Amino acid sequence: MTELSASSAGTRTSAETLVSVEDMKVHFPIKRGVLLDRTVGYVYAVDGVDLEIKRGETYGLVGESGCGKSTLGRAMLRLTEPTNGRMIFDGTDFSSLKGEELRTTRRRIQMVFQDPLSSLDPRQSVESILVEGLRAHGMDKGKESTGKRLRELLAAVGLPAKSLRKYPHEFSGGQRQRIGIARALAVEPDLIVADEPVSALDVSVQAQVVNLLQELQDQFGLTFLVIAHDLAVVKHISDRVGVMYLGGLVEEATADDLYAEPLHPYTRALLSAVPVPDPQVEDRRERILLAGDLPSPANPPSGCRFHTRCPWRQQTKCDTDRPVLREIKPGHKVACHWAEDIEAGKIKPHEVAPILVEEMDGMSPDIPLVGPASVTEALNP
Amino acid sequence: MALLEVRDLTVVFERKGEDPFRAVDGVSFDVEPGQTVGLVGESGCGKSVTSLAIMGLLPKRGARVTGSVVYDGTELLKLSDREMRDRRGRDLGMVFQDPLSSLNPVIPIGVQVSEVLERHRGMSRKEAMSEAKDLLDKVGIPDPNRRLTEYPHQLSGGMRQRALIAIALACRPKLLIADEPTTALDVTIQAQILALMKELVQDLGTALVMITHDLGVVAGLCDEVNVLYAGKVVEKAMRHELFARPRHPYTHGLLASIPRLDAPRGEKLTPIKGSVSDNIPWAQGCAFAPRCPNALDLCFSETPAEEDQLGRLLRCHNPVVPGTPAVEEVPV
Repeated sequence: MTELSASSAGTRTSAETLVSVEDMKVHFPIKRGVLLDRTVGYVYAVDGVDLEIKRGETYGLVGESGCGKSTLGRAMLRLTEPTNGRMIFDGTDFSSLKGEELRTTRRRIQMVFQDPLSSLDPRQSVESILVEGLRAHGMDKGKESTGKRLRELLAAVGLPAKSLRKYPHEFSGGQRQRIGIARALAVEPDLIVADEPVSALDVSVQAQVVNLLQELQDQFGLTFLVIAHDLAVVKHISDRVGVMYLGGLVEEATADDLYAEPLHPYTRALLSAVPVPDPQVEDRRERILLAGDLPSPANPPSGCRFHTRCPWRQQTKCDTDRPVLREIKPGHKVACHWAEDIEAGKIKPHEVAPILVEEMDGMSPDIPLVGPASVTEALNP
Repeated sequence: MALLEVRDLTVVFERKGEDPFRAVDGVSFDVEPGQTVGLVGESGCGKSVTSLAIMGLLPKRGARVTGSVVYDGTELLKLSDREMRDRRGRDLGMVFQDPLSSLNPVIPIGVQVSEVLERHRGMSRKEAMSEAKDLLDKVGIPDPNRRLTEYPHQLSGGMRQRALIAIALACRPKLLIADEPTTALDVTIQAQILALMKELVQDLGTALVMITHDLGVVAGLCDEVNVLYAGKVVEKAMRHELFARPRHPYTHGLLASIPRLDAPRGEKLTPIKGSVSDNIPWAQGCAFAPRCPNALDLCFSETPAEEDQLGRLLRCHNPVVPGTPAVEEVPV
């Protein structure tokens, strides 16, 4: 990891930018052998991502399983140490903080996890879950004020005050997610990173949590980074959306622009694949079916990562040069060599034969399955 | 006559020292040859138990199945285990949600596909293998020759689901039951699998029972839709009818609570208050009443009967009047 002094970083962010991520990379080593523990390769989970999140906005990060969106979120919080790159948070270089300074800064960045049951300690009551963070950051100032604060928190997330004495198993899925959100709010953070906050919930309950997140943002002026695979949810809550494919951002735009005129071929295919609960729309719309599976991030394709499945692939550039994310319209960035020509209709899509993909899992992260939960877990059992 | 007639299907789970639990409570529906029927509902509404009961896959002990399931003139619930085994895989195919746990991890894909052909179509190993290769090719698995000898863990999630579909369709069943076949998959892979199923169903004339929680999948695929809540069908209609004019407050609420990709931004979602566990037994009233914005006193005292309204079945005392917007609800 590169070490940069915290002082030199301060000048690079403007006042309205809260978070800026620069060339973030997370490579997990693949180890073989019992005694020698050789590194035989790397999984390029996140491979060079730059992004900025403005104060008070909701940034949505979408992509399919294995694209590195969760790893990016974790690397930003340093729950997974990034291999390269840094995150500048409110003018300080968060990536180079250490010890006490890191601990106190973490108060300002909180996380809401996907599975509310496994991210809440089953043996702690709601009160103790919420107080823990307050104590750790010296915000527990006497019984009375803390009690008041806890009641405020529960009211903010829409739970009854009597919940304090209860334990996580006594709540329904939606209520548990509210506890997780209350825990994140307890320490008055500036940024909340929500990793798949609603995907474990029933459809009728999802909307409750989505609305809650929006209300809290208006109430407390929070900045959100929402990581999700459900494009409809992300579109609904985000101001700006970044689309990830195989460790890199391929497109970034405001939610409306992205859905109105997706410029990257992958975004087009992704949007056309999302079913819409309206038979008339479903009968009319045209689907761009992608051939084959996501290539393995341990052996990503050369050039543009998407060229192996891209219906608009061209003879030149695509398989040799990796496209950079460039702004082709105000606020709309795309990483595609041919974005303008595709938009103008100069390049027509063609058939793509599926290519065999080895040992790559196409399973979605929202289904709990037996086995390692992440690359890190698989590699260091 | 319908290919499959399910009448008053009820599944009660009994456990010593506990109250019996009615997972499925008098479900009736028909499937015509070549038709696609959807069963939609949230977790715990009994949609998967319905499919297991039709296939005769519920345990003999602890689960009491009553009602009738008539397939092509035969009552399936009265068949012996042996007779049922002859039917499963040959007349009735099933695709499960999680392809990894429904494939045997220590048997190569080829053997698992050809097994069905040997058992039901009396093919020799060699014939079955060559047919298996054709099947894998048909469901869009690249390089099927090599895949025949590989094990499930060597395939991606989408490929596994394709292999499972190949097994289910090996004997060209007249009826295929798919229980959340795409829930474990990514959207782009889901689109591939749904397109494949649509194509196969059309080509082979197979009737399909599609079980899902995703109203989007239903909108694109099913002819007729049954909406289940707490074990009962609360609304049944043809898909265009149902989505254009949902009448049951639950269906209406579900449609108002999902964010739509094509909706203008900033539109507020209207969630259904409470959660699936907040219900009262059907015997005492309407199970949805505690969450229902339209609930009347009657809903808590009298079970609503199933009424036929111009080809739509509705189980509600106070249905939504078409054209009304969803009621603003404060989440509790």
